[in-house]
Amino acid sequence: MIEVNNLHKSFGDTEVLKGISTTFDKGKTNLIIGQSGSGKTVFLKCLLGLFEYEEGTIAYDGKIFSQLSEDEKRNIRADIGMVFQGSALFDSMTIAQNVMFPLQMFTKQSKSEMEDRVDFVLKRVNLPDAHNKMPSEASGGMQKRVAIARAIVNNPKYLFCDEPNSGLDPKTAIVIDNLIQEITDEYQITTVINSHDMNSVMEIGEKIVFLRLGLKAWEGSNKTIFKTDNEVVTDFVYSSNLFKKVRKMYLEENE
Amino acid sequence: MTYLHNIGAYFLMIFEMFRKPTKWNVMKQLILKDIDDLIIGSLGIVAFISFFVGGVVTIQTALNIDNPLIPKYLVGFATRQSIILEFAPTFMSIIMAGKVGSFITSSIGTMRVTEQIDALEVMGINSLNYLVFPKFISLLLYPFVISIAMFLGILGGMAACVYGGFSTLQDYIVGIQNDFQTFHVTYAFIKTFVFAFVLATIPSFHGYYMKGGALEVGKASTTSFVWTSVVIIILNYLLTQMLLS
Repeated sequence: MIEVNNLHKSFGDTEVLKGISTTFDKGKTNLIIGQSGSGKTVFLKCLLGLFEYEEGTIAYDGKIFSQLSEDEKRNIRADIGMVFQGSALFDSMTIAQNVMFPLQMFTKQSKSEMEDRVDFVLKRVNLPDAHNKMPSEASGGMQKRVAIARAIVNNPKYLFCDEPNSGLDPKTAIVIDNLIQEITDEYQITTVINSHDMNSVMEIGEKIVFLRLGLKAWEGSNKTIFKTDNEVVTDFVYSSNLFKKVRKMYLEENE
Repeated sequence: MTYLHNIGAYFLMIFEMFRKPTKWNVMKQLILKDIDDLIIGSLGIVAFISFFVGGVVTIQTALNIDNPLIPKYLVGFATRQSIILEFAPTFMSIIMAGKVGSFITSSIGTMRVTEQIDALEVMGINSLNYLVFPKFISLLLYPFVISIAMFLGILGGMAACVYGGFSTLQDYIVGIQNDFQTFHVTYAFIKTFVFAFVLATIPSFHGYYMKGGALEVGKASTTSFVWTSVVIIILNYLLTQMLLS
């Protein structure tokens, strides 16, 4: 579980996060949604420790990150898996080497043990024969799956995904969403996803945090988001006619 | 103020580069890869340029010595001094700032743009140690490249001198042995080590701290070449003043 309390972050005179408090539960897919410029990416980078913040706390399973020693911070980072928007695969390495990289850095496993683990996770993300390909030879969907494999190879406690569906066709996007949800459930990881994709919100949003202008405007799940009266949320989530109709049907069915 | 900020950030980067070392079995592979990319990969262009510039230096010197009282062996002497003191250590380093420096800036800059550096940081890896330190270590072999440049420059001079008919082989050999001071080679290698450090760190700095996209990677490579060259020229002046005067 990740607990965020009163998080403030500014760039110069511009306050981007204005006191966000929330929790991200273990074994659930937690989504951060909001318009461009709402502070989602900054929030995610604060959670990852890539940005320092002025005020507030972030606790990973009760351990407040800012109060930890460098070694303890490093241990927490070793428990984090991250899927970047552009996959961020190391382009000088093969797919197998990319996936093996966290094992080489953080474990003392023998080469054969590492190879077995890489085989296992590549099979888990449905890429059993991609070992020797370079990232540039893989499609966008394959790259995302390799990024997920690299993120989970070291059995992380926390999985962060920054817009994992961006640039993917709807079918591949659903495959990626389902894969993330299955892995979250299977390994009981605390997963936090930064997303614009309303399909993801409806499909896998077991917990949803809606940000607006650096503030938490709403919090709920893919069940409660249909019923909310919060205009800010409904304006954003049901901005397309399709989702308006879906919502209407859902509400009619559940009346 | 920006300059001061960048100078401060550069020295902080160097300090950070030595902290939280990467696991040795990973670092070993990175160093070997960088030796291949930065040192072995540069040998061809270094050999080509050195040989022909050595020849040009000899021809220019020979053509400008038209006084019959000046001994012919001075052509070899002048070539040796030019190559060992300045051409090989300094001007070859300027060329390497273009070749190796641009490679370092663009490769690290691309990693920044594509969030690969963020990926390293998220994993708790000291990305400066992972990316810059192996380049620094591999460029400790840079004096080896400069030795080859010295040898081939003098060899090119000999070929131009003898086959161009400017003097005999014996005169050229007497010239390159005449009044030889080993400290001049020491001076050249001291400069080379300093320039190697500059070649590893300034392009890395420009790549690592760049912001933006593909266009900015190109701009960072150009800026890195300019600043690496400027620093090499200034340090060349200061080291020459300190060591030879």
